[in-house]
Amino acid sequence: MLETLELKRTPFHERTSRLSVAQNWRRWAGYAVVGSYELSLDHEYWAIRDRAALIDVSPLMKYMIEGPDAARLLHKVTTRDIFKMGVGQVYYTGWCDEDGKLLDDGTVSRLSDQSFRMTSAEPSLRWLAMNAVGLDVKVNEVTDEMAALSLQGPKSRAVLNRCCADRLDALKYFRLMNTGISGAPVSVSRTGYTGDLGYEIWVQAEQALTIWDALMAAGADYGITPCGILAMDMARVEAGLFMVDADYTASNHAWIEGQKSSPFEMGLDWTVNLNKKGYFVGRRALEQEKKTGSAWKLVGLDVDWVGLERLFAEVGLPPQIPGMAVRASLPVMAEGKQIGYASTSTWSPVLKKYIALAHLQRPHYEPGTAVTMEVTVEHHRRHAPAKVVKLPFYDPAWKKK
Amino acid sequence: MPANHYDAIIIGAGHNGLIAGAYLARAGKKVVILERREMVGGAAVTEEIFPGYRFTEFSYVVSLLRPEIIRDLELPRHGLKILPLPSTVTPMDNGDYLAAWPDHEPTRREIYRHSPRDAEAADEYGRVMARAAKAIKPVLSLVPPDPSSMSWRDMVGLMKIGQYAKSLSEKELYRIAKLVTQSSADLLNEWFEFDPLKGTKSASGIIGTFLGPHSPGTAYVLLHHYMGEIDGAFRAWGFAKNGTGGVTAAIAASARALGAEIRTGASVKQVIVKGGRAAGVALENGDEFHAKVVMSAADPKRSFLSFVESKHFPDEFVEQIKNFRVRGSSGKLNLALSELPQFTCLPGETPLHRGAISISPSIDYIERAYDEAKYGQFSKNPYIDMIIPSMIDRDMAPPGHHVMSCFVQYAPYDIAGGWDDTKRDAFGETVISTIERYAPNIRNIIVGKQVITPKDIERIAGITGGNIFHGELLLHQLFFLRPAAKWADFRTPLPGYYFGASGAHPGGGVMGAAGKMAALEVLKDWR
Repeated sequence: MLETLELKRTPFHERTSRLSVAQNWRRWAGYAVVGSYELSLDHEYWAIRDRAALIDVSPLMKYMIEGPDAARLLHKVTTRDIFKMGVGQVYYTGWCDEDGKLLDDGTVSRLSDQSFRMTSAEPSLRWLAMNAVGLDVKVNEVTDEMAALSLQGPKSRAVLNRCCADRLDALKYFRLMNTGISGAPVSVSRTGYTGDLGYEIWVQAEQALTIWDALMAAGADYGITPCGILAMDMARVEAGLFMVDADYTASNHAWIEGQKSSPFEMGLDWTVNLNKKGYFVGRRALEQEKKTGSAWKLVGLDVDWVGLERLFAEVGLPPQIPGMAVRASLPVMAEGKQIGYASTSTWSPVLKKYIALAHLQRPHYEPGTAVTMEVTVEHHRRHAPAKVVKLPFYDPAWKKK
Repeated sequence: MPANHYDAIIIGAGHNGLIAGAYLARAGKKVVILERREMVGGAAVTEEIFPGYRFTEFSYVVSLLRPEIIRDLELPRHGLKILPLPSTVTPMDNGDYLAAWPDHEPTRREIYRHSPRDAEAADEYGRVMARAAKAIKPVLSLVPPDPSSMSWRDMVGLMKIGQYAKSLSEKELYRIAKLVTQSSADLLNEWFEFDPLKGTKSASGIIGTFLGPHSPGTAYVLLHHYMGEIDGAFRAWGFAKNGTGGVTAAIAASARALGAEIRTGASVKQVIVKGGRAAGVALENGDEFHAKVVMSAADPKRSFLSFVESKHFPDEFVEQIKNFRVRGSSGKLNLALSELPQFTCLPGETPLHRGAISISPSIDYIERAYDEAKYGQFSKNPYIDMIIPSMIDRDMAPPGHHVMSCFVQYAPYDIAGGWDDTKRDAFGETVISTIERYAPNIRNIIVGKQVITPKDIERIAGITGGNIFHGELLLHQLFFLRPAAKWADFRTPLPGYYFGASGAHPGGGVMGAAGKMAALEVLKDWR
């Protein structure tokens, strides 16, 4: 029983551990997952953007929500109109506390009239159970029982068409279908965390390796590449997707009020449906915030390359930027005063830009605003000119096609 | 200055007395610390009761020792090392266990395998309690203001607390209001469902009190112990190298280096009063010491009812001290062992042997243990908090051998018929047979044992009533009411006589805050 002292291994560990040359392991929700398979991230990153990247996302928390009141429960806890959701649809959504502050974000999939699957980054069983009092609904955690693979990149559809029992050409963005791979029943959703064409494959843990092997074989001709979470971290910043703990603090984990975030502040306006019928947790606070506007917002920062070059040129160097996403807070200034901070910054290999997700105070969050972001130039703190931009940074046409 | 003349006399060389003496010496005062026993340390001592086996006789862990005291007195330079005490394990009756690791993820998984909902609740509960403790903690560092006073100092103090309370959210204020009035059982039942988890958490709400987990007010005690959890982030929780005696040895070395004099075997009989001021002390052997200032670091009963004649105090004050509750409720069993105890749920030697082992299978188990104590019996199935110091500090026992410290509650000071050798033996036997249920080899590996009842705590360490906190941590005995209303600022109704011990604000737990703050108040008054 002392094994609880060790990190958990995902159902794909037997494969991922053999392929991992770099021995670069990361902790994700109590599991050990591959940070990068290779010593450099380039090959894995470009698999996401140009080929097909196979990413083990099994540590995602997964819950089955079933029963006559399943839709009612999800309607009550999320900000979206679940009653309007069709079977086979997937919603991305945040969920809030009573004060309209985000607890977590994830996806809700409607598998049948009375059956939903929910994913989250943080454990949410207690929150769901507390809200399910008096409702005829069962909530079961299936995190360990269900393995999940994310297949991302422009070639991901072609790879799946080769190995799935059904063709995926008709599967639209944020929809899911049931099919089979090598005889194993799977559920495939057209979702992901990269902002590219991509799918997530949900399968019983016992059949995880079968699926892995089938996908690797089917993808060989397309250059399928096992990809760690570090390359995915770069891609998700390009896609303007944020991450709990890196870019915001779950309200039930915050030490002080100032650490909490509302969905409006995080730019999730499009997921907050104030026209939906009935009560949902946080409704009153969100209606109020909608009226008064948000004190700050999460926006994109595009660091001016010429300005950056100039700062480095002063010490006789070309610009030096970490080749991976950095989750360290960097001050953002305007007119000599700090008006916010960047929570995740990265070099974008596809855009050839230095970009960041930043929390900025009103009125500085309007697109086009000129600000500066702290950079470290040869051990000295300097400020590079940057511009506020709309998210996402990168949005290829084939993502939704 | 003639011989036996000092600036300040401190009565008692426990950690608070030593800390007070060190701070006064550091400020350039000529200080003597008088200790009744032949050794320093008070209730924070390590003694080699059996050759080669060193027992942390009374107090056995360090959680609340203030980091600023460690820095101010340069205790690491004088040998202080606080070693990590990383985990807690609760053996269960079915042969399984519940563990709490120093790392979040494994702890979550561990609770999860017993109750998925509790695993999440534990995360949030920890946050909420730490936030509440954080909210209250700055108050602990303040000299308690008297809310009925209009003096400038009290007003400023109250304003500070008021401002602080304003910085808390409404929700947090309600939570704190609830925390200070609830029972720990009610609080924990709001959060959790798994009995061993609730039992183990409730235990810290009853330690050192004569209350059960269902008694109102115990939720606050639980919070009081969370103060150590906040500093846990700075690794202040732990087991001191060489036992708790290692802490007092380091403080004594620091005090001496700063110029304080420490005299052992110097039992104080009475405080000498001249012209309405404390002017010195007389020892049992007739020796006299004279000083401008006298500070007692003994318990409130001895400090005010024994060392000083009642005529020097207002009746009301004497009455309050008489009513101060110091009911000892716990005992100890210290064991010398020829090998490691084999717990059914933890065969062999595991990382969990380096942490606490808690016999606390449920809240009901502890409440039942309390039921017996209420009516003057020791618990037949007591709550036991064990550590194996030799697993943490290899110098505590001969190689391959071990010592085990077992804190046991309840053992009432006022046991029916009074404590005697037979009852002490029966108490020890009850503890051993309780442990035996979880570690069947325990009886066969004992090479020496020391059973300590509250009466023994009183006799050896000199604490009236044998209460480990010098007075229970009850709401009506805390903050501006500790040890008595209007006299919580370390001064006493007798000018020149100060009080800086666990019976003063902010309470016990080897934190040293009372000793330090009392010394600073003495210096403020110095003319």
